[in-house]
Amino acid sequence: MLCDVCKTETASVFLTQIVDGKMQKVNMCEACSKEKGVSDPTGFALADLLLGMGAAQPVERSATEGKRCPQCGFTQTEFKKTGRLGCSVCYTTFAEGLEPMLKGMHKGHKHTGKCPERQQRTQARMSALRDLNEALRKAVVEEHYEEAAALRDKSKVLEREE
Amino acid sequence: MPIRSIFNKGSDWLRSEGPHHQIVVSSRVRLARNLAGVPFPGWAKKAERMETLEKIRTKVEGLPEMSDAYSFACQDLSALEKQVLVERHLISREHAAKGAGSAVVMNRRQTLSIMLNEEDHLRMQSIRAGLQLKAAFKAINKVDTELEETVDFAFDPVLGYLTACPSNVGTGMRASAMLHVPGLVLSDQINQVIQAVNKIGLAVRGLYGEGTEALGNLFQISNQITLGEREEEIIERLQKVILQIIEHEQNARQTLLQQRSNTLLDQVGRSYGTLRYAYGMGSKEALNLLSMVKLGCDLGFYPAERQHVVDELFMETQPAHLQKGSQKKLATDERDALRAGIIRGKLENFEAPDVAGVMERAQSAVAPDRGGGHPPESSTESSSEGSV
Repeated sequence: MLCDVCKTETASVFLTQIVDGKMQKVNMCEACSKEKGVSDPTGFALADLLLGMGAAQPVERSATEGKRCPQCGFTQTEFKKTGRLGCSVCYTTFAEGLEPMLKGMHKGHKHTGKCPERQQRTQARMSALRDLNEALRKAVVEEHYEEAAALRDKSKVLEREE
Repeated sequence: MPIRSIFNKGSDWLRSEGPHHQIVVSSRVRLARNLAGVPFPGWAKKAERMETLEKIRTKVEGLPEMSDAYSFACQDLSALEKQVLVERHLISREHAAKGAGSAVVMNRRQTLSIMLNEEDHLRMQSIRAGLQLKAAFKAINKVDTELEETVDFAFDPVLGYLTACPSNVGTGMRASAMLHVPGLVLSDQINQVIQAVNKIGLAVRGLYGEGTEALGNLFQISNQITLGEREEEIIERLQKVILQIIEHEQNARQTLLQQRSNTLLDQVGRSYGTLRYAYGMGSKEALNLLSMVKLGCDLGFYPAERQHVVDELFMETQPAHLQKGSQKKLATDERDALRAGIIRGKLENFEAPDVAGVMERAQSAVAPDRGGGHPPESSTESSSEGSV
């Protein structure tokens, strides 16, 4: 069995901890367990290792990949420092590391509250428009001109809205 | 608009009386919002921050609710002026530390305030006297809907409103109430209550929010979870818990009156005496003593109208409020002397506590329910759930 942290050495330390009523297991090699301070069980929170962006896994990976938000240039190292993200796109960029963190913080991981209505209407209209235009292009290619004309009319109506 | 005019005018929520006002000082609801496609304020470059501010400030000032607004750029306010706004809960302590690129817009009644480029692009809050979480939410929700008509917010269909800190993502809403619970403190029940409240995912904090001390027996209770629950559900749950705490506090007060009346009388009496005759008084001491006199007012030791004087003193003796009239920065001992003087002046006509009357009523086990004390109607049924 390989170490969950470095993924190269054979695991020799097996740790089980109950966090929030859930059992968490971690297998580590000698070196990693020392580095994470497992020898002192009171000073070691498995939750920190497994949950959240302080987790060993994403940190190790980001060190190698050096993940950077394409929108704003924010890095995971920065997040570890401030606990704040750089921009809304960061939620997608760092989604993998954020997911367990959000799970630990909140109830479920799906927003069920208020939504910005106008924005959503606009988005729905834009995506409907894209679908129509795609269908239109296809109809033209396939020489279904009657269908194409109907699609074009629909698309024009939709474009004029708002 | 000169900021002095704000200082001379009290906040509406401070003066008016809301439901359960004896125990719930105020209710606040804030929403965090960000613009789509722009870095969050903490990561944005200064030029970007200025540009964002320019863009949203006009829209915020154009809201119908803000037709009579005060609007201040953070760099135009002195440290003292910002501190006064913090003491009135109109801006956060974090926002007070901000300079160019941040601003605050608030209505004249000071029931609505919108911080621009705090941790998020928009931090909008509504504040009401007493227990009025639903009304506060309704007001701020309306503002949000109006802004959304012209502003594209950072929103994700799964994660909801996207915020700089993942702990606010989803609704971006923090609802909180400020509770005055001397009964629970005096009867050593407060820690139990805090633990129970924490267990069900709500946070209890001191007077000025995160990481601040609980002074004057004032505690803030708020939701922590923002993702996975609807706004109305969050508020409903918080409201229920607060009603239970109110009931516990009222019971604690009655028990004190009936079983430990000497402790209670001693506390109120000493506080009254010190406040009336001291010539130097620190702000923490003042808060703690005023808390006891406020309790005395609630229990009927003083005529009902006296409570406004005490409520006013809670704010007027805060460090920045105290100094707002002074031309120069005061040293600690000067501040303490000034504070003691203001308190002596206000309490000059405050008669000694009517101990006999209160004790008589307590012994005949009639609850001193008077002067706008609304007993929690639904609390009898909700208390049986026993979560607090």
